[in-house]
Amino acid sequence: MTSTSTPLAGTPAPPRTRPSFLRRLWWSDTLAGWAFISPTVLLIGLFGLVPVVWAFVLSFEHNDLISPGRWVGLDNYRKLLHDPQFANSVRNTVVYTLVFVPVCVVGALVVAAALNRRVRGITFYRVAVFVPVVTSTVATATMFGWLLDPDFGLVNAALGKVGVASQGFFRDPHEALMSIVVMTVWGWLGFGVIIYLAALQSVSADLLEAAAMDGCTRWRAFWRVEVPLLAPATLFLVIWLTINALQLFDEIFVTTKGGPVGSTTVVVYYLYVQAFQFFNGGYASAIAYVLFLAILAVTTVQLAVGRRFSYGGR
Amino acid sequence: MAHPMSPPALVRPLPDDDQTDGGRRRRPSPWHFLLLPLSLLMLTPLVWMVVTAISTPAEARQFPPSLPTSIQWSNFADVWTGSPFGRWLVNTAVVSIVVVISNLILCSLAGYAFARLRFRGSGLAFMALLTTLMVPFQVVLIPTLLIVKSFGLIDHLGALIVPNLVTAFGVFMMRQFFIALPPDLEEAARIDGASRLGVFLKILVPLMGPPLATLAILTFLSIWNDFLWPLVAIQSPENMTMQLGLSTFQGAHLTDWPLLMAATLMSQLPVIVLFIAGQRVFVRSIASSGIK
Repeated sequence: MTSTSTPLAGTPAPPRTRPSFLRRLWWSDTLAGWAFISPTVLLIGLFGLVPVVWAFVLSFEHNDLISPGRWVGLDNYRKLLHDPQFANSVRNTVVYTLVFVPVCVVGALVVAAALNRRVRGITFYRVAVFVPVVTSTVATATMFGWLLDPDFGLVNAALGKVGVASQGFFRDPHEALMSIVVMTVWGWLGFGVIIYLAALQSVSADLLEAAAMDGCTRWRAFWRVEVPLLAPATLFLVIWLTINALQLFDEIFVTTKGGPVGSTTVVVYYLYVQAFQFFNGGYASAIAYVLFLAILAVTTVQLAVGRRFSYGGR
Repeated sequence: MAHPMSPPALVRPLPDDDQTDGGRRRRPSPWHFLLLPLSLLMLTPLVWMVVTAISTPAEARQFPPSLPTSIQWSNFADVWTGSPFGRWLVNTAVVSIVVVISNLILCSLAGYAFARLRFRGSGLAFMALLTTLMVPFQVVLIPTLLIVKSFGLIDHLGALIVPNLVTAFGVFMMRQFFIALPPDLEEAARIDGASRLGVFLKILVPLMGPPLATLAILTFLSIWNDFLWPLVAIQSPENMTMQLGLSTFQGAHLTDWPLLMAATLMSQLPVIVLFIAGQRVFVRSIASSGIK
C-alpha cells in the first residue's frame, strides 16, 4: 500500500524482455486467487464432492460401515423396488409433502397480506409469527409432544371443552402424520411470511393506485395485481418447502420414531434406520440417491411449470 | 366490472390502517380479527411451554389443565443438576463460535476470489462448489461419517466443527455481494500498488458488515439447531450439543413434562432472546437468502 515505485502499466517496459515467470505469477491473480480459495476448495472437496461420489459407490455395495464393502451391482436398487417398507415411507412422504406445502404457502400468503399493513400492534403480531422460525426442530417437537399429549395435553382439554372426544394424535396411526403436518406448519409458516413480506414490499404502490383508479376493489387488486406479481416468490417457496418436506426427519425422530405402525415413517427416517440401526450402509446410500434424484426431478418440473405461469420473474 | 368507488380510496391505496384520522380514532382494522387469534395460536405452544416449565408434576397432570399456583424454580435447577446441560450449552457455543468465525473468513475470501479475480481453474472450482449446493445432506451423510471417523474425530466436537468450517452457500452469498459492489475503489488501490490481500483487508472488510451479519446469523442458526449430524457423529453425553442433548433428555424424562419444558425453554432462550433483540437483521437475513 505504501510502496511508491509501481512496476505497473505506466512504467515503460524495456522491449523484448518478458518478466520472469515468478514475477508474472505474482502480479497475475493466480497466486492470490488460489491462496484465497484453497482452504474452501479443500474443505468442500473433502466434505462435499468426495462424499457425493463415495455415496454413489456405496449404493452398489453391501457395506456395514465397519468392514470393507462388497460390490453387489444394482442389487440395492432392485431390492428397493420390492421393499414394502420403503414403498410405505415414500407414500407417507408424498402425502406429507402434498398437504404441508400447499397449507404453508396459502397460509403464508394470507398472513403476509395481513401483516403488510400499518395496524396497531404490528410488532407483536410479527414476533408471534416469526419466533417459531428460529425455534429448533427438537424444541418444536418436544413442545408439540406435550400439547398433543393424549392424556394431559392442552389440545385435548380444549377439545373436551367443546364436546369433542379426546384424540390420540401422535399415538393414533390415522392422526399421527397430520399431527406432524400441523407441527411443521407452525414451524415453517413464519418463513413463508418473511419471503412473501419481502416480495410484497417490492410491489409498487403506483400499480395498486392505478388499479384503484380503474375501479378495482382492494380485494380484486390483491388477487389480480399483487398475487401475480408474487409468482416468483411463490415459485421459490413451493420449491424450497418441497425440498425440505421431502427431507423431513428431526420432528419424526423426536415425536413418533416413525410409528405408530409405520404411519409416520418417511423416507429419511427409513434411511436413518437402515444406516444406523441395521447398518445397511449400501442400502441406505441407495435410498439417499433415489431421494436425491426425486428432489432433482420434482424441482425441475416445478421450475418448468412455474416459468409457464409466471411473468416478470428473474 | 363497474364498481362504485368512494373518493377517499383514490388517495389512500392502502386502507385498513387503524391510525388516527383528524385526531379521531377510526374503528380498528378488521385485520385484527385475523391477526389476533392467529398470533395467539402461534404463541400458544411457547406460552404453554413456559407455564408448564414453572409447574409441579402434579399440576401438569391435572386434567383439564390449570395455571400453576406458584413458580416452581426448582425445575430449572433440576435440569442443570440432572443432566450435563451446562456442558451442552458450552459445547454448542464453542462449535457455533468457531464455525461462524471460520465461515466469515473463508466464505468472504473465496467469495471475493470467485467474484473478482480471474485465474486458471476458478471456473471449474466454482462449478464444483455449485454442484455440492444441490446435494441433500442425507446423500453425503454416511461417507462424511466415514471420513470423520478416519480422522479420529467421531464423538468429538471436531466432528461438528471441521465439516462445517466453510459452506458452499456462504461462499455463493459472498460472491453475489462482491459482484454487486462497484469495483472502482479496489482498482484505485490496486493502481496505488496495494496487494490483493491489502485491498481485501483495508478496503473491503469495512464494507462487508451487512452480508457478514447475514452470514453469521444463518450459520449460527443452522449450527445451533442442527440435529441429524450431531445425532450420528456424537455418542457421549458430555460431547453433545444442545439439540441432541435435549432429545436424549426427552427420551429419559418422557413423562416429566415440567422438567422437559424447563429444559426446552432454556435450550431455546439464547436464540429467542437474540431474535427478539435483532428481529430486523434476522428477518432481513432470512428474506435475502431464503434459508431457514
